[in-house]
Amino acid sequence: MSALLNVNKMTHYFGGLRAVYNYNLNIKPHQITGLIGPNGAGKTTIFNLITGVYTPTEGSITLENKSIKGLETNEIAARGLGRTFQNLALWRHMNVLDHIKMAHYSQLSYGLIGSFFNTSKCREQESRVEENSYRLLELFDIKQHADQIVTNLPYGAQRRVEMARAMATNPKILFLDEPTAGMTPDELGQMIKIIRKVHQDFKVAIFLIEHRMKFVMELCQHIQTLVFGELIAEGPPEEIQNNPEVIEAYLGKEDLT
Amino acid sequence: MEIARKFKNTFSNVPMLGWLLGVLAAVLIEYYWGYDYISYYLGLPKIPVLFGTLIMLKDPMMIPGVIGYDLIVYVIPILLIAKASNFFTNPVAAILEKTPLWLSAIIHLIFFYGVLHLWAGINDYRVLVVKLTMISIILTISINVINGYQGEFSCSHPGFMAIGAYISSIITLYFFVNDKTFGAAVLSPDLGPWLFPFALIAGGIGASLGSLLVAVPSFRTRGDYLAIISLAFMFIIKSAIENLNVIGGARGMGGQPDYAPLPIIFIWTMLCIWVVHNFVTSIMGKALNAVRDDEAASESMTVKTRKTKMTAFMFGAFWAGIAGGLFAHVLAYINPGMFSINRLAEILAMVYFGGLNSIIGSIVGAVSINVLGEALRPLELFKWIIIPLILILVMIFRPYGLISFKEINAKKLLRAKHKREQGA
Repeated sequence: MSALLNVNKMTHYFGGLRAVYNYNLNIKPHQITGLIGPNGAGKTTIFNLITGVYTPTEGSITLENKSIKGLETNEIAARGLGRTFQNLALWRHMNVLDHIKMAHYSQLSYGLIGSFFNTSKCREQESRVEENSYRLLELFDIKQHADQIVTNLPYGAQRRVEMARAMATNPKILFLDEPTAGMTPDELGQMIKIIRKVHQDFKVAIFLIEHRMKFVMELCQHIQTLVFGELIAEGPPEEIQNNPEVIEAYLGKEDLT
Repeated sequence: MEIARKFKNTFSNVPMLGWLLGVLAAVLIEYYWGYDYISYYLGLPKIPVLFGTLIMLKDPMMIPGVIGYDLIVYVIPILLIAKASNFFTNPVAAILEKTPLWLSAIIHLIFFYGVLHLWAGINDYRVLVVKLTMISIILTISINVINGYQGEFSCSHPGFMAIGAYISSIITLYFFVNDKTFGAAVLSPDLGPWLFPFALIAGGIGASLGSLLVAVPSFRTRGDYLAIISLAFMFIIKSAIENLNVIGGARGMGGQPDYAPLPIIFIWTMLCIWVVHNFVTSIMGKALNAVRDDEAASESMTVKTRKTKMTAFMFGAFWAGIAGGLFAHVLAYINPGMFSINRLAEILAMVYFGGLNSIIGSIVGAVSINVLGEALRPLELFKWIIIPLILILVMIFRPYGLISFKEINAKKLLRAKHKREQGA
């Protein structure tokens, strides 16, 4: 099986600060990969580098064997790289349905003139998008909130809106930046279910950043550990769990005296 | 409160058509009996132009007469006719409901225009007020695209307006008028009114090209800094025109032919409302809101943020240019001083008073600030205390303006309103 996303020897500097060094990633279709590491290790930076928010100083990034390095974020997203954010990044004046509709932006072709004069092409595409949006809302169990402004929803529902919105871009890989941040243990269980469901129903590969070990160990088939911008360990969950370097990075060195 | 509720209940079954009919009746009463009988017996010197506010403020002794006039001519006939006619306006509205929405909307608009034309036609001053109000509506909607939907604080609107006004004036003066700076008319003046839309559109396109000077910096900066850049743009345009003696410099440019009568301005205003409404309710247009609320999230959701920002500026500036062109041809004289900080204050007042992110809010804002401005004219200096005070109060109680984040629902507005079944 060839790799869906391939990152090779990616290095990035913020001025003189080396944020990421020699980072490699290989995601196969339909695989869940986790990225763990202490605070400030550069996990979110890696997300931002791959999704095109920053352009890496060195290294290559290819999606389905085509280089996506240096492209704009929206182009990379349109090629099949959806994401959610660490702190919810919803559009606060917009209702839930519009959120999902908006994420279909790259799938519209009626253009500005079409939208000015409400041409039949525009109406046809918009109604198709609306249909698809309702389908997604139902799938994520937020259909009852469709007309509500997103800031009025409970936190768990907002998370689901974000997930549904990311799925509306029709991604091949879904990037989840701390999907359980600020959640109660109850909501955590729900989130695991949702991620499993997305993984199975949409046949996407998932790449996630997470702090909670239980969550990562349960979901991921492959885990990377990042410390100070460098990978220190990589492998299946059991291996990572018992890796002395990982334990050291998280818990500190064992005092043998 | 109780009275207001009862009032609302009594008139809840009057469709839009009924209200229009009521207004028509009021206008006809004023047209036929307003001067000869009603204002004569009430001791008024002439027909009160803007519901009598001007007379009231000049001569407080006239207040009872004016109130009586407004009641007899406007309030009572409108309410009576609207209520009494709903036995047939409701069925008619129900029939119209079955036709396509655009047809029903056009019929309502034609009816509305007829009434407006009759009302304004009673007095030349009213015509001017209505014309300027409609131009303000276009301006307010166009700035709402940038400041409301796109959420940038742009102060360059008078500049866009000036570009549109000057370009369209130069075109009409050059082609259709024997002017002392531009020489004899190139084309027959008879063609003028027919080709005038192209002159306006050229002005609009000029303005939208000019807006790129503000749109491109907006890729990198937001908020206060962009406001300063846009303010600078406005002053650049103003000083550039002041120093271009070919087009009159600071003395201005006059003699524009009267190509902008009431129906033409009405058509442009409705066209503007329709096009902007289509745009902002489409996904392409809602991308403006997405970029305003969270740019990074929009990028990740495949929205082309740069294109979206550029569209907002160019689209807003285009309509400002159209408004400028109409403005020039209504007044038949423009000078750079008209497109300066005062105009900016007026435009901003209209958009923030009426409501951000809403076309209907823009209409309300433009109409109320314009009518208020005219009505309070006799107060002279105090006018500039009262209007800002109202604005401050609105900002305190409704920070986003009177009617914000609401779109027109034409279908709901025009539908028949049947009385609810008793006891059901």
